[in-house]
Amino acid sequence: MDFAAAIMITVITATTPLLIAALGELVVEKSGVLNLGIEGMMATGAACGFAAAILTGSTFVGVAAAIMAGMALSAVFAFLVLGLAANQVASGLALTIGGIGLSGLIGAGFVGTTRQPVPRFEFPDLSAVELLKDFPYISEIAGVLQFVFGQDPFVYVSLVLAGGIFWFLGRSRAGLLLKAIGENQVSAHSLGLKVVWTRFLAILFGGACAGLAGAYLSLVYTPFWSPGMTAGRGWIALALVVFASWRPVRLLFGAYFFGAATVLQLHAQAASLGIPAQLLSAFPYIATIIALVIMSVGRTSIGAPASLGTPFVPDR
Amino acid sequence: MVEGLVGEPLVRLHRIVKRFGPVLANDRIDLEIREGEIHALLGENGAGKSTLVKILDGLLQPTDGEILWQGNQVTLESPVAAAALGIGMVFQHFSLFEQMTVAENIAVSLPPDDSLQDLNVRIAAVGKRYGLALQPNRPVWTLSAGEKQRIEIVRALLREPKLLILDEPTSVLTPQEAETLFGTLRTLAEGGCALLYITHRLDEVKQLCSRATILRGGKVVAACDPREETVENLASLMVGSDVAGLRTATERKVGQMRFEMKNVSMRGEGSHGRALKNVSLGVRSRQILGIAGVAGNGQSELFAVMSGEWPVMKDQSILIDGQPVGHLGIEERRGRGAAFVPEERLGHAAVPRMSLSDNVVLSRQRTRSVVKDGLISRAGARALANSISVAFGVRKGRADPPASTLSGGNLQKFVVGREILRGPTLLIINQPTWGVDAGAAATIRQSLIDLALRGTGIIIISQDLDEIFAVSDMIAVIHDGTLSEPVGVTETNRDAIGLLMTGGKGAKHAA
Amino acid sequence: MRLDIEPRAEVSKLAQILSPVLAVFVAVGIGGLIVLALGKSPVQALFVYFIDPLSQSWTLQELAIKGTPLVLIASGLVYCFRSNLWNIGAEGQFTVGAIVGCILPLATHGMDAGPWVIVLALIMGAIGGALYALIPAMLKVWFGVSEILTSLMLVYVAQLGLDYLVRGPWRDPKGFNFPQSVVFEPGATLPNLMSDGRLHAGIILALIVVGISWFVLTRTLFGFGIRVSGAAPKAARFAGFNAKRMVVFAFLISGGLAGLAGIVEVTGQIGQLQPSISPGYGFTAITVAFLGRLHPVGLVLGAFIVSLTVIGGESAQIAMKLPLDLTTVFQGVLLMCVLAADCFSTYRVRIVSGGAR
Repeated sequence: MDFAAAIMITVITATTPLLIAALGELVVEKSGVLNLGIEGMMATGAACGFAAAILTGSTFVGVAAAIMAGMALSAVFAFLVLGLAANQVASGLALTIGGIGLSGLIGAGFVGTTRQPVPRFEFPDLSAVELLKDFPYISEIAGVLQFVFGQDPFVYVSLVLAGGIFWFLGRSRAGLLLKAIGENQVSAHSLGLKVVWTRFLAILFGGACAGLAGAYLSLVYTPFWSPGMTAGRGWIALALVVFASWRPVRLLFGAYFFGAATVLQLHAQAASLGIPAQLLSAFPYIATIIALVIMSVGRTSIGAPASLGTPFVPDR
Repeated sequence: MVEGLVGEPLVRLHRIVKRFGPVLANDRIDLEIREGEIHALLGENGAGKSTLVKILDGLLQPTDGEILWQGNQVTLESPVAAAALGIGMVFQHFSLFEQMTVAENIAVSLPPDDSLQDLNVRIAAVGKRYGLALQPNRPVWTLSAGEKQRIEIVRALLREPKLLILDEPTSVLTPQEAETLFGTLRTLAEGGCALLYITHRLDEVKQLCSRATILRGGKVVAACDPREETVENLASLMVGSDVAGLRTATERKVGQMRFEMKNVSMRGEGSHGRALKNVSLGVRSRQILGIAGVAGNGQSELFAVMSGEWPVMKDQSILIDGQPVGHLGIEERRGRGAAFVPEERLGHAAVPRMSLSDNVVLSRQRTRSVVKDGLISRAGARALANSISVAFGVRKGRADPPASTLSGGNLQKFVVGREILRGPTLLIINQPTWGVDAGAAATIRQSLIDLALRGTGIIIISQDLDEIFAVSDMIAVIHDGTLSEPVGVTETNRDAIGLLMTGGKGAKHAA
Repeated sequence: MRLDIEPRAEVSKLAQILSPVLAVFVAVGIGGLIVLALGKSPVQALFVYFIDPLSQSWTLQELAIKGTPLVLIASGLVYCFRSNLWNIGAEGQFTVGAIVGCILPLATHGMDAGPWVIVLALIMGAIGGALYALIPAMLKVWFGVSEILTSLMLVYVAQLGLDYLVRGPWRDPKGFNFPQSVVFEPGATLPNLMSDGRLHAGIILALIVVGISWFVLTRTLFGFGIRVSGAAPKAARFAGFNAKRMVVFAFLISGGLAGLAGIVEVTGQIGQLQPSISPGYGFTAITVAFLGRLHPVGLVLGAFIVSLTVIGGESAQIAMKLPLDLTTVFQGVLLMCVLAADCFSTYRVRIVSGGAR
């Protein structure tokens, strides 16, 4: 594998967890709910996923456990903000604080344990096939095929997810209803749309995605669990949604752009250019702030759902 | 009940009760609606009309009583269930999604099994049949109030309703648009559709409806044929007592220029606001300038600019008593003797969860008994809140309740009183009696006229043409951010003003 | 089945006081269940967490030491939260306050400069925190960028900055290569209040701040403006309170107090700069502020409860081998319970049989 492909693979692995978590949050926000608890759900997902995978030896069970953990936490959030109309910002923060603590409780017993990361798909090396080995550029073609079809399964899941959400929000009737609910909850309610129920499902979906993104961190990205391993990725995912103006395709590109930027920073660190390592480590956070500013300059509205963050209390 | 009608009514409400906590919004209401009739539901603000139609639309559940649909008892658990039976609803406050297109707005209201394939064709067909033209791909926020209402009606008609409920449909229309709407409604009724028409405008009822049910204080007080009643009769049934007519001064000598605005243009608020285009106006001492217009044509922007909530860049473009104040904020303009009452009572003129005495502080920071050296005197604020309540007859549950617990009329009297008691030299007031009961409206209008007599210049922005004609000396019309030339109230009429409200130019010659 | 909520016309004073109390009880109950799930005795945990810290003089002092930064930060957060601004980066402002505040103590090290150093250090710390909070404030005012994400991102940046300083330019040359600064001189530390203990003068500062804050929020026009800005932004505009200025002031106060907490913690408690100077006080203070119902005096009680769990958590780790993270979980649960209890005081909540909405 050549150097460029190696870098691209690191970009993909850096991007995938951000992308998955941000896609989930995109759907939640489109329904009009702001869930700031991604970081907490991701952390718990990472811990649960790793613990379950170690205990059962099955990656699949680990992933399922991570998703369930994310959904369970998001259900608590949903109870607060939908059932009790609690403040969404504060509830999301509570979820993050609680989720990070919970991940510590769950993961404590697994510190130091390592596990084989989820393998990438093996695409047969065409250049080794007798019949094709004299074909022109066969090794390059084989390399490209290996790159396209040889990623870990999560990568394909994240891309399918992006496509699916694009279709759901842009083309499907259910997506139209979800957007309507996020746009104007009072109108939606008076038309008889199920505001609370729809939001509940959206929040659960967001939780599942955050859990899955967490599982990616502990089962693919690093083959172990450590405290604080989410390192603010949940928050960056939130920023990505804003950066993408709540559009799935932009989110896909935004996430990859961001992933590439962070990998560049890692390489700069490795190349020891004389820049303090801490400054380079701070780069993703500073870049997020700059990206948010660029998105907002000169615009009165950046496409946020109009009901975003407003509690819904219908007349009875 | 009106005798002589045979057969089972389409819908029958029997002893409907709706309670909100301690408030009895509907008290044993009986109502029958028959196919093909246009039935008026009359009552003033707070009489319980909206609650009743929300029950009929499945949005609210009655505390007690039953609903019979074509003779069978039914439970309307949601608007979806009501729509499935054939009940359609056109809300006073549109249930639209501003960012979405017309077609999308209609699609969200259709039942799940209804295909969206040929939606645009169907919209066009209904539009053609009832004179409701719509462009399916326009985003809603670009449309006028009349066009938005058409979406609501088409939405309901696509489901071929047997009963169509319209809640104050003309409140956002010009007189001309209202005429067109009446035509559509008559066509519908002729086709056998029953219409429940909610309003407090009596001339419309006499013109359109064959039966009327009148609500007052949550109860049915009368059912009659409005064509056989006089407007005065209907009004006294609605209000329950005679509302005093306005005492207008016959001769008011206008004085010096109190407020002047010259060629002000301003971007609209938020992404859907209406920009102001080159607006100029002036009001003199002892003069009331009425600004008419359909909601959403730049009234809130105009209020913000005149009050100083949005200061303008050019100092000279706004003058109070001849002094330039363009760059000054609202509080500094208050310091120059001006007073302001915004449209929204809860959330703009008052903080809902704060007490009346706290709410006094909002606009009375220059009253020494309330605020001194940056410190708030609670006793002073309470005393002032009390004198406002006494002077304007504000009814409240206890000494110093939160603003949100007051009824619309009482809170409006409070926020108007808060400004009038200051004795301002200039008062700018947006929708002085919107959604207020007749008694409070009369009190407020009278106090405005009396204030003008004492030498204040007053600007009233209102979408209620009756109000504009009742209190103003001069009338101007705002349409799409442009203000028409003010004309004397005696030199114009409703039709001419109505034409200006639609953006018609010809009316200029009416003066 | 579904949950129906309906706004109450008026929130009674009693409900406002009782709801956080109820929240604490429910949170303790949930915490007990978690302890049970971890295979330990909830009764013993209850004692270790909530009773033991109150039984000894030194633990009571610890309580005040832990409570000091929480009270300071939460006092500032109240200004932001009351005006509906979500400064969640107090942890970063705390860190920057500590860094800026340490400039002078480090520069005068070995000069025997006297107690004016600590006074200036405190002022500089507050200014540092305030200026750092000004970043999200100005980004919001100028560009309309949500303060939530920017203030949070700046936490990571501040922590990395501190990390760089104590490993680089400010590292004690005689410190055996440990990433920490020199130990401050007596003139550059907050005096101890008792001869036999660690309680320092920071608690007095904190209580003074609480008093001033109470006066400002309840009695002055400025405090009124803060409250109106949060409760009804349009009404604030109508009253003539400049929204942008309010954002700047709220963040300056909030950041200033967080920065003050940072330098107080470093000069009073730790005595030198280290890579880690806070167990997440900036985030814990959010729970404290809400537990105190965003009231300048109420938050003292909030800080008391939360500090109990911090100290209890430390001793539970030793005595019962309960992980420290349990405390974090408890704080999250507590915040959720407070928010939920808030709902019960502002809404009538009923469980109704019937379809979902």
